[in-house]
Amino acid sequence: MSLPRRLAAPAVLTLFLVAVFVPFLSLLSASIQPAGTPLTGLEAPHGLHLENFGTAWSKAGFGRLLLSSGLVAVAVVPASVLFATLAGYALATMEVPGGRKIFGYLLLGLALPAEVTVIPLYYDLRALGLTDTRYGLALVEIAAFMPFGTFWMRSHFATMPTGLIEAARLDGATSWSTLWRILLPNSRPAVTTLGVLYFVWCWNQFLLPLILIQDPARRTAPAGLGYFTGEYNVDIPSLAAATLIVIAPVVAIYLFFQRHFIRGVLDGALKG
Amino acid sequence: MLDIAPAPVTAPPRARQRRRRRRRWSGLLYLAPALLLYTLFTVLPALHTAYLSFFNWDGVTLPSFAGLGNYRSVVADPELRAAAEHAGTLILFFSVLPIALGLVCAAIVARRRRRGLAVIRAVVFLPQVLPLVAVGIIWRWVYAEQGTVNQVLQAVGLGRWAQAWLGSFDWALVAVGVVGTWVVSGLCMVLFLSGTQRIDGEIYEASRVDGAGPVREFLSITVPLLRPEIAVALSITVIAALSSFDLVYITTGGGPGTTTVVPGILIYRLAFGGGAVGLASALAVVLTLVIFAVVLVITRLSRERP
Repeated sequence: MSLPRRLAAPAVLTLFLVAVFVPFLSLLSASIQPAGTPLTGLEAPHGLHLENFGTAWSKAGFGRLLLSSGLVAVAVVPASVLFATLAGYALATMEVPGGRKIFGYLLLGLALPAEVTVIPLYYDLRALGLTDTRYGLALVEIAAFMPFGTFWMRSHFATMPTGLIEAARLDGATSWSTLWRILLPNSRPAVTTLGVLYFVWCWNQFLLPLILIQDPARRTAPAGLGYFTGEYNVDIPSLAAATLIVIAPVVAIYLFFQRHFIRGVLDGALKG
Repeated sequence: MLDIAPAPVTAPPRARQRRRRRRRWSGLLYLAPALLLYTLFTVLPALHTAYLSFFNWDGVTLPSFAGLGNYRSVVADPELRAAAEHAGTLILFFSVLPIALGLVCAAIVARRRRRGLAVIRAVVFLPQVLPLVAVGIIWRWVYAEQGTVNQVLQAVGLGRWAQAWLGSFDWALVAVGVVGTWVVSGLCMVLFLSGTQRIDGEIYEASRVDGAGPVREFLSITVPLLRPEIAVALSITVIAALSSFDLVYITTGGGPGTTTVVPGILIYRLAFGGGAVGLASALAVVLTLVIFAVVLVITRLSRERP
């Protein structure tokens, strides 16, 4: 093989990696500059000013915002995984009347943009007293997550050997105990992947929390970041620190469950 | 599918039938929570938006019936048309460019390198995980007057091109688009890489024997065989381009002037501050219909035999 062709792959990959990392480096370098430093690009740090993180955490309130996002995720992720599992189980293993139509009805939601639901959601939830509450936001997010989750769990349960389900039924197991005792213990990877995807999506939601929660005390972290950016005269190093604080949980989850996440996105996309 | 197993001889047919029927209906109970929430908090609001689109409403006083007036405005209003054009331009940066980049990279990398592939996958996928708000903030620095882009330009002697990119009437939309390319390209590349692993190596061997060069090989083997992956990447990224909001909101807010206004931004502005809930709803309905149409076309095309 000629030299240029041998070098092509490493060169392309290096370019790709540099392109991904350079913006991150700008962020990191901005976060450790002295407070009050104006916008700069990549620059050798003037010492290590970690106090920006303290400022962002307490003074700018990102500690509280993180907690708020955490509470939403704690409400959304387990409930979404549970409901999607139940629905996917029914669609994959039972002959539900109208099952195909129900599945098609759910799949429509995959292409529905948040823009088309958010306007009435705001006015209707306000009428119900659910705006400015994390419950309201959580209900909306769980609902929005149902199409993908049902689809994901349905295709997972469809790959399980039907003999397993038949055998359980012949032993007199109810459909409920078949699910909990036999199928779910063998479904750890699929369920974990769904949970990881749900967590990341829930954490990253922006338009819905921006509109449904106006109360600064209950905002989620990305929405808080949005407001913080819009403030007049925002301190750049604390904004950089705040950004790092907000992305830390998703990056941590991603690094830990990286294979699950990538496989989830790829399989989820391709089976559709 | 579940009836393949022969019925146990001892079970009287009546009892078996009753049990099967109960099982069927109980399936609906399993579906109930998902269907209920999805209907209440996704489908009904979408239908409610469609209903609101036929009214003039400022969100406070009583709405008045507008017929198709709001839809006429969607077609005629220059700002709304500009938003549609910008969304179209974004497709170039969110879909066409990342897919082209992803295909070329996947083709170059796929059959030459195995070592370190997992690490590379993990890194190029990272932008996909970040909240777009954070991505937007990061890129505001990259594009700033003293930012990385201008630093690089100055370093290579193109300093006269240096400018505040997101504030430029000519460049802001392109700059936002490039951020989209940055976010999506890794996803496309990984998607195509996993697709190339499906392709039988012997096909490549055969084409080599026939004397096909790398370009020919790419165009007549890799691209056609990756059709399903390309269709998927296209659907996902086109939806992202057409319904973009977070990124534009954070980087430019639609400005300077109206040069980066997209439908999502207009819907937000008109409904929550502009006092034109009906018009915002009509725009949201049109946006949704366009997305459905595009996804339908892509799915149809990808299923046709080449």
